[in-house]
Amino acid sequence: MNSIRNPDNAAERPGSFAESAKLSRRAVLGASAVGAGVAVVATAFPASAGDAVETEISPLPFPSPNALMLHTTVNSVDVAVEIDPRTSLLDLLRERLHLTGTKKGCDHGQCGACTVHVDGRRVASCLTLAAKLEGRDVTTIEGLSDGPDLHPMQQAFIDHDALQCGYCTSGQIMAAVACVREGHVASREQIREYMSGNICRCGAYVGIVAAIEDAARKMERT
Amino acid sequence: MQPFSYVRPSTVQEAVTAFSHAGAGARYIAGGTTLYDMMKLRIEAPASLIDVTAIEELDKIETHSDVLRFGARALMAEVAANEVVARDYPVLAEALSKAASQQLRNMATVGGNLLQRTRCMYFRNGEGVYPCNKREPGSGCAAIGGLDRGQAVLGTSPACTAVSPGDWPVALTAMGASVEVVGPSGSRMIPINDLYLLPGNSPHLEFGLIPGEMITLITVPKNGSARGSTYHKIRDRWSYAFALTSAAVALEIQGSIIRNARIALGGVATRPWRAAEAERVLNGARLTPETALEAGRAAFAGATAGSHNAYKIELGIQTVSDAILIAAERSRS
Repeated sequence: MNSIRNPDNAAERPGSFAESAKLSRRAVLGASAVGAGVAVVATAFPASAGDAVETEISPLPFPSPNALMLHTTVNSVDVAVEIDPRTSLLDLLRERLHLTGTKKGCDHGQCGACTVHVDGRRVASCLTLAAKLEGRDVTTIEGLSDGPDLHPMQQAFIDHDALQCGYCTSGQIMAAVACVREGHVASREQIREYMSGNICRCGAYVGIVAAIEDAARKMERT
Repeated sequence: MQPFSYVRPSTVQEAVTAFSHAGAGARYIAGGTTLYDMMKLRIEAPASLIDVTAIEELDKIETHSDVLRFGARALMAEVAANEVVARDYPVLAEALSKAASQQLRNMATVGGNLLQRTRCMYFRNGEGVYPCNKREPGSGCAAIGGLDRGQAVLGTSPACTAVSPGDWPVALTAMGASVEVVGPSGSRMIPINDLYLLPGNSPHLEFGLIPGEMITLITVPKNGSARGSTYHKIRDRWSYAFALTSAAVALEIQGSIIRNARIALGGVATRPWRAAEAERVLNGARLTPETALEAGRAAFAGATAGSHNAYKIELGIQTVSDAILIAAERSRS
């Protein structure tokens, strides 16, 4: 596990942040879907490119009399998927689209592990009904990097050792990116206040605040 | 979770009609931060949800006339960041920005937040183990005589001591806000004071709304005390927690004489609590630390504690007193 936190080794280690980022979006979706042994049942279209790309979305696990079709965009890929209205955005991402970078912590909006962006705003995906995503734009941790290049916030979390177990990390990073974009990084106190919705039970808060200060400077330059 | 049908109308009239057609078991849903949570806990089990977040007419935030107007669908984060609110109405901005987390404030609406339900742990987590008159009317209250550290000390009844959890409703109560609701028989304006019910013998009835009515607008009259205001919130930790005690205070001061005091309490009562006794102590009085403390004592004169929550009375008195001094300082600048 130490190599994930070591920026020199991270790029070489299979499964690390850097290694994952080298994979295309389609390959990531496909690899995880095959691993889960699911059928190809729905299509997803890149929002910008013209030709349709088939990707793997798991079917509804049971028949639902209330099922509805959801058309949304996840990490710049247009997705059309049949859902039961009870489904949370979190479960849609993890169980149907196999984007498991977003974590389920409390499932009640209290811990922040499930933080994603909807139309650029950070939200708790566990308390967001997936049905609300019609026509909207979702970004998860998998959509944050620019190809093989880590987002400055991802790199800063590595550089500042801003994690121990890593379970809260994707939520921390998504919240942190939004925190910078909102302009809530004027001081350490303000960072702590505006990051208070993300709990880290390992207590890596000192590193997290340092990473956000560092990444905020780099994000301002780009 | 019980299955439900889901519709997303684009106008208020369509939503009201959809509610009428769906009949009993229908619920409006906006951000979902309370209702969806309650559904996961099996406290709420609606048969149909009418999502009101596609209704664009509920979006407006107007701050330029002599009445502030907040469309019910405006997000808590949006209103908290509004320039006029942040500059001229610190009590409103602080009540919003000290509530929940930025993620939840990006989801929850200012209308929906008025209907947030209690965090009483027997209510939330006691299903199948502990009785609760809110969950099952007539079953009893396990909080009374139980672990009642978080329970209310004002407005309680022998049937319920659950705290009204919100911050925003407390600030709006201090500022004398009104709420527009639209239902099957048309629209009406109600003072925010009338939106909340005391538990009495029927703690499952919490809001003064007729079935099928939805909140569409919040209005706040402008007045001279707004700048001299604060929402002072005391929590178990510095951020991201519900209030143990809180006070919304707005003061208009001429010279050193208080001309108009507005005070409401959170975290300590079964509904947003207007502290009229404390206001009476202040109105016409010279502002001193002693008068502030006297007002705090007046606010809690009728309080009754259980086994583990007597601290809320002393803490609440100090919270009111400190909030008065903070508001007074701001009213001078």
